[in-house]
Amino acid sequence: MTERGDGVEGMPDPVTKQLTTLRVNGETHTVAAEPHHTLLEVLREELGLTGTKHGCELGECGACTVLVDGVPLLSCLTLPAQVRGMEVTTVEGLADGPRLHPLQTAFAEEGAAQCGYCTPGMLMAAKALLDANPQPTLEDMQQAIAGNLCRCTGYTAIYEAIAKAASGGGAGAQPLRRTGAGRASASHT
Amino acid sequence: MPRVVRTRVELEGRMTDELALVEGKDLPGWTGERTIVGTPTTRIDGAQRVTGRARYTQDITLPGMLHVRFVRSQHARARVVRVDDTRARELRGVRAVLHRSNLPKAPFRGEETIFREEARFVGEEVAAVCAESEETAAAAIRLVDVEYEVLPHVVDLEDAISEQAPRLDEKGNVSESGSHSRGDTERALRDADVVVDATYRTSTQLHNSLETHGAVAHWDGERLTVWESTQHVFGVREGLHLALGLPYSRIRVICEFMGGGFGSKGGAGKYTIAAALFARQLGAPVRCVYTREEENLAAGNRSATLQHIRVGWTGGRTGRISGLEHISYSNSGQGRWVADPTGPTNTLYKIADLSTKSYRVVTNAGSLSAFRAPGYVEGTFALESALDELAEQVRVDPLELRRRHATSIDPLMALRYTQKRLLDCYRIGAKEIGWSRRKRGGTPGSAEHRRRGMGMASQIWFGGGGPPAFATVHLNPDGTAVIRSGTQDIGTGTRTILAQICAEELGIGVTDVRVDIGDTDAPYGPISAGSLTLASVGPAVRQAAADAREQLLGAAAGVLEVGKRELRVEGGRIVGTSRQTTIEEIFDQLKNYTVIGRGSRFPNPSETALNTFGSHFVQLEVDVRTGEVFLEKIVAVHDIGRVVNPLTAASQVEGGIIQAIGFALTEQRVLDRATGRVLNADLEEYKVPTVRDVPPIVVRFVDVPDRRANNLGARGLGEPPIIPTAAAVANAIANATGARVRTTPMTPDRVMAAFAASRA
Repeated sequence: MTERGDGVEGMPDPVTKQLTTLRVNGETHTVAAEPHHTLLEVLREELGLTGTKHGCELGECGACTVLVDGVPLLSCLTLPAQVRGMEVTTVEGLADGPRLHPLQTAFAEEGAAQCGYCTPGMLMAAKALLDANPQPTLEDMQQAIAGNLCRCTGYTAIYEAIAKAASGGGAGAQPLRRTGAGRASASHT
Repeated sequence: MPRVVRTRVELEGRMTDELALVEGKDLPGWTGERTIVGTPTTRIDGAQRVTGRARYTQDITLPGMLHVRFVRSQHARARVVRVDDTRARELRGVRAVLHRSNLPKAPFRGEETIFREEARFVGEEVAAVCAESEETAAAAIRLVDVEYEVLPHVVDLEDAISEQAPRLDEKGNVSESGSHSRGDTERALRDADVVVDATYRTSTQLHNSLETHGAVAHWDGERLTVWESTQHVFGVREGLHLALGLPYSRIRVICEFMGGGFGSKGGAGKYTIAAALFARQLGAPVRCVYTREEENLAAGNRSATLQHIRVGWTGGRTGRISGLEHISYSNSGQGRWVADPTGPTNTLYKIADLSTKSYRVVTNAGSLSAFRAPGYVEGTFALESALDELAEQVRVDPLELRRRHATSIDPLMALRYTQKRLLDCYRIGAKEIGWSRRKRGGTPGSAEHRRRGMGMASQIWFGGGGPPAFATVHLNPDGTAVIRSGTQDIGTGTRTILAQICAEELGIGVTDVRVDIGDTDAPYGPISAGSLTLASVGPAVRQAAADAREQLLGAAAGVLEVGKRELRVEGGRIVGTSRQTTIEEIFDQLKNYTVIGRGSRFPNPSETALNTFGSHFVQLEVDVRTGEVFLEKIVAVHDIGRVVNPLTAASQVEGGIIQAIGFALTEQRVLDRATGRVLNADLEEYKVPTVRDVPPIVVRFVDVPDRRANNLGARGLGEPPIIPTAAAVANAIANATGARVRTTPMTPDRVMAAFAASRA
């Protein structure tokens, strides 16, 4: 038998799992995980919080974005040890019980989620933006999600949803429209 | 009683004669205003997608689940002489290794097993390791010792065409894959006053679905259950049936949610077969999911093309096209089929003398797989660029040139279209972009070093759908309904449009309909590709809903002791008698009972052509110092018959355009010719558009029901919006600067080279 790590590239030295305490979505969890496993892996595999997605595990796509003390971070490039004592928020922690967060409502209503795979990461990036800046400009919104790739929607519906959530989303809210860019209107001839 | 009908079935332009099972009589088209169909409707599964509750294949975790990683060839072409898995098997946590010498027979896509004797591209699967963790599997693949006999290779399309290239196929690297000819093209071109003779190239585009390819297989001793991120659960089942020799009844394939496919997830992959083989061998659930790098090496691509077009003109500014020749070569890599870039040329315009030929070229690169409008994106770029070059030379407005060659008859089959509203698309689009402001030679831009221009291009695609497709509608005692069909929602909004159609026909609310799809235990549904889901499955759902409604009204008539014809269902209530009743009250008189309506898709009308049409208009600026292109506005107008859901339809168009922008400006797989390696198999160096690359997009639909097409009057929309954008961008760049970029992506260096060429 080859022991783990015996000269095998990419195979870590034999380690026992270590207990790590994490604050996730307002709850304290103590998990036994190998210390080199990423926050993404621990969230998905140890805590069963599969809402946070992996798209590349290289920090290139943004699908794994979570908030750490309100700041968007790529969980695929973060180790649990780095967030000890900090508050981690994932998409599962966005709603208030059965009540969806205004961003979630707006994303659903505006069709900002097509396949939905990038959506959790987008939502977290957008939440960080709106928490820091409740009245963002188009520029602010684009900047906030510039690191999150979407291959389906074309982004338009996404920043319209963010704008809708920012303005309260109720009646009278003005969805942001760029120069003449009306959406979805079927014109009869 | 079900009966069999003979019909011609189309998938992405390939026609086959098939037998289709249908039942009863097809419904006539809807008349009058609809209240649910045609109304912008929020996705019924939106809440699942925004809360993280939506379960994707990558989220499936089963107790005791094992993990698979592939050993992949590092050579572009090499014979696998020997595989020694001794060291890998000795690693703790490794449960099994499969390779050519120990693999059970598993026929896959015409080969005997999933591991070939000759690896034919960098990244081709050579062996698979199954281990207790993904990490262990990833480490173990480095311990599999493979002895290769390296063979000469060729990866580049133009290299592979040349006489000096290594021959990868006994018959040569180049084989004809399609041809069409009408009139006398040679004579027409010889006699033409003006001839544009140009060569266009398009680069390899990678799908990069955000969820990579993958499957989880579970063998419980009797039945194999496979969760797969796929566009076709029944296709995956067929692949497993062929490879494992299991009867269909012992295979179940599930795809509840999936993170994009764009054509690349059309059936079982080697990862599916490997996961299933290990699951059966080891008696444990097995997961095999690609990394991003594997996705970009082995999950397919849109072929690079080389296209030559000669197009003639006779008769000055009031003249016409006289002769068009289009010859196209596609780099199919190791793919077994090839898309046809000359399809649009054959059908888009009324051109009497026309000749097209397309060739498949095999190389030692990853296989092509269908990528959203395969062939048509590439071919339309060349065709619509060439027509603009011609319009410029003969000083005819490019839009006028296209209008002048409009046809209401499919020139290839000489059949009338069920409906064609391309001229309406032109009119709406021209107005929306302000085409009348377009100046020959462009206009000054927003800064001294910027020029502004406008361009447009036309689109044709299929999207008529057809049989076989089936659905059942289960009407519950509480007045809600469940649709069951083995189709899938790949992000397009299938669940929502099917719920709308069912609610409309049944007389209940959209939120009272649940849609259970993505499961081979349901009635058969076709592949979600080729813009055919709505037009195939939708009519079957409508029929099933009508059948359920008729059964309900029969029951209601009996309970209420009135004639069935006096009753109808509206807003969940039975109306028509003096006494209004709810569906629930009718069922209260019966038992806890479910009415099941059945529906099937009837054949399309014979002797007609069934296509989708559209046009895109682009306004942009070009920085003449750097060659950078700044998109200012894109107008997309499409004729898809009836629009079932304007909200999801607009999303489809916007998404298609963004992928087209990538194709036009930034996306290209870069291969190293010497080694055959992909140099940008990641999302850092392979440039998928970000939110920063998106201009304002105006989406318009002609939205006139196509009454001859099917009982909905609707055609598909998946492919159309990606087709004409790149040509419209190229045409706008030429309008702005006078420089013609004939290669995609139109990166700043290529734009600068075109400036230099136009000044020379």
